[in-house]
Amino acid sequence: MIDDSRPIFLQIAQLIENDIVDGVLAEEAQVPSTNEFAAFHRINPATAAKGVNRLVDDGILYKRRGIGMFVATGARAVLITRRREDFYEQFVRPLAREALKLGIDGEQLAAMLAREPGAASLRDVQQKEGAI
Amino acid sequence: MSTPIVQMSNVFKRYRALTALEDINLTLNQDKIYGLLGRNGAGKTTLMSILTAQGFASSGHVNVFGENPYENEKVLRRICFIRESQKYPDDFHAKHAFKAAALFYKNWDNDFALQLVKDFELPLNRRIKKLSRGQLSAVGVIIGLASRAELTFFDEPYLGLDAVARQLFYDRLLDDYAEFPRTIVLSSHLIDEVANLLEHVIIIDKGKIILDDDADNIRGSALTVSGTGARVESFIGNRTVLHREGIGALVSITLEGQLSAGERREAQELGLDVSPVSLQQFVIRKTLDAGAGLEFDAESQAKQTKKATRMGAIR
Repeated sequence: MIDDSRPIFLQIAQLIENDIVDGVLAEEAQVPSTNEFAAFHRINPATAAKGVNRLVDDGILYKRRGIGMFVATGARAVLITRRREDFYEQFVRPLAREALKLGIDGEQLAAMLAREPGAASLRDVQQKEGAI
Repeated sequence: MSTPIVQMSNVFKRYRALTALEDINLTLNQDKIYGLLGRNGAGKTTLMSILTAQGFASSGHVNVFGENPYENEKVLRRICFIRESQKYPDDFHAKHAFKAAALFYKNWDNDFALQLVKDFELPLNRRIKKLSRGQLSAVGVIIGLASRAELTFFDEPYLGLDAVARQLFYDRLLDDYAEFPRTIVLSSHLIDEVANLLEHVIIIDKGKIILDDDADNIRGSALTVSGTGARVESFIGNRTVLHREGIGALVSITLEGQLSAGERREAQELGLDVSPVSLQQFVIRKTLDAGAGLEFDAESQAKQTKKATRMGAIR
């Protein structure tokens, strides 16, 4: 779960963000304590705290004195907007490059995406967004 | 937030011709977990011995809890030093060692010690001399944890401990540290195992501190780029190279520093593979580099000798 590519505190922040985006951590839900994170991931508690505090500074989490950390209202929407901005760089670019290397043209690529079982729900998203 | 509890300035330790520690300047702050890493004979144990007044510096200044630790009971009661090969009196059982520790350390938690005895399945009523190497290490680990000393040194505490017992040690250490924060210095060769526990890392090599930084600053401070030779070489330009290896046309180079998002993209477009470097690999690269110089010396020395014999033959 924790790897060597980046500072651990960034990875902890990212794991919490993932849970918020996936809906595992609902808005206004309490986030595990830094000691719980430390014990679970077997990392230094100060490092875990640094990751959590980063999200507090960012407005994604907020602190209730003496109680703990909670997910801020609107946090999910903020995170999703940010991730959409990164989506092109992170996923589309490498996909297009690999496709080019293998001689897969645009049409074939589109057909493959349509074949993907998740594509049905992709259409749902389109319709929903259209309705909004 | 960071209160220094240990300060060493310009500390040297010399044994006749050997300089074991050379110009050590070090600060340890309160309530952090430090990793003291380095090769065998690098000076780790010497450094810890000096801080715990079990050894003397040849020169320089040592300050622990604001005072000189030598013969200073006030300071020493707040320090626990678990040595790799701790010797106990011949007729001691583990329970005697714990009783002695309970008398000495004011924060000693007997319930915690008993819990650990159970966890490590340590026989209390057997002479320590008769214990296995792993059980002997467990005695040290239990004293180190249950003493809850404000400054605790673990010098390779796990010798002979199996993987399960080591994991138990790391878990109990983290749990108890979370509840009772204190300063812990962990000297270890199993760097990959302890890397995530450390907040700060000190690397010592041939008696000198060559790195003293937050663990998270080190993580991601080096990376390995691999791919076709010419492409890798042109990509890395004049960056600091820590290590270089290759097979056939493939080259793998470990660099110090980070890549920007743009550089990462460039590497991808060149078909280069960029992979992270673990703390253990980083320490190996850092401390092996100095060693590479020695090999070179030996080689040039051999050449010199050859040359000298040749010259002798001419004469």
